[in-house]
Amino acid sequence: MARLIRMDSTGHSTLAEWTAGDQASYEAAVEAFRRELDEGFIAVVDEGEGRATQVRELPLDSELVIMRRPIAGG
Amino acid sequence: MDAAYLRRQGRLWTLSMACHVVPFLGIGVGLLLLNLLAAPVAIVALLHAWIIPELYALRGANVVRSRSQPSEPESIAQGLLGDLLDHDARDLQRSTGLAMQQGELGTWLVGQAGALLVSGRRVYCFCVKATDPDLPPSDRIAHLLLALRSDERGFATVANLAFAGAPWRVRRRLDPEMRDALDAGRRISVRT
Repeated sequence: MARLIRMDSTGHSTLAEWTAGDQASYEAAVEAFRRELDEGFIAVVDEGEGRATQVRELPLDSELVIMRRPIAGG
Repeated sequence: MDAAYLRRQGRLWTLSMACHVVPFLGIGVGLLLLNLLAAPVAIVALLHAWIIPELYALRGANVVRSRSQPSEPESIAQGLLGDLLDHDARDLQRSTGLAMQQGELGTWLVGQAGALLVSGRRVYCFCVKATDPDLPPSDRIAHLLLALRSDERGFATVANLAFAGAPWRVRRRLDPEMRDALDAGRRISVRT
């Protein structure tokens, strides 16, 4: 089961879950994903071994997509 | 920001430190040579030569100082951060509060509101933070870690360079538990 999560004040919130074979759950996840992008979040897929990729479309085959806020210099 | 630009920044910091320190050293030593009665003034000048680099190093070390206490959501955030780190990095983060990440520019040690970059003989102290002020501490680190992993040069460009200089200067200004992380970063930086 793939998950779309958002890092927030609660630690993190699960926004959607989907499986590759379930189109309806994926579409619901895409809707939640786009809503978060519109709110200013950035979507990242961690690929392990110190690599991560920023994504603009919800990848169907990723296990975990993380929404994060932008960073700024202090 | 690339490796060459980073090295230039490091050299500029070294030059800047020399410009601060050498005149005061010169004044201090010169006064002592001219007249021993000027010793109190010479000592003040020598103190200036000592304290200016120390204050800059303190500013550098402060970028990774913990800024908030653990809370209930922190345990959830700690779990997510742990999932992002490999076994050794997870242990190091839990004991020191800094997440280690090897990058093209060097070895990064990421804290809640800043990061140290160990590269060559210098440590670069970057002030950078997640824009959501309500995040638990581990989520702040996870934010920075993911941003670093997805675009290291962009991360270093967005971050403000607070200090660059000898690791020993920063080390003694760090919280004691964080010194182990800097030592580990230096060991890895020497090997690579």
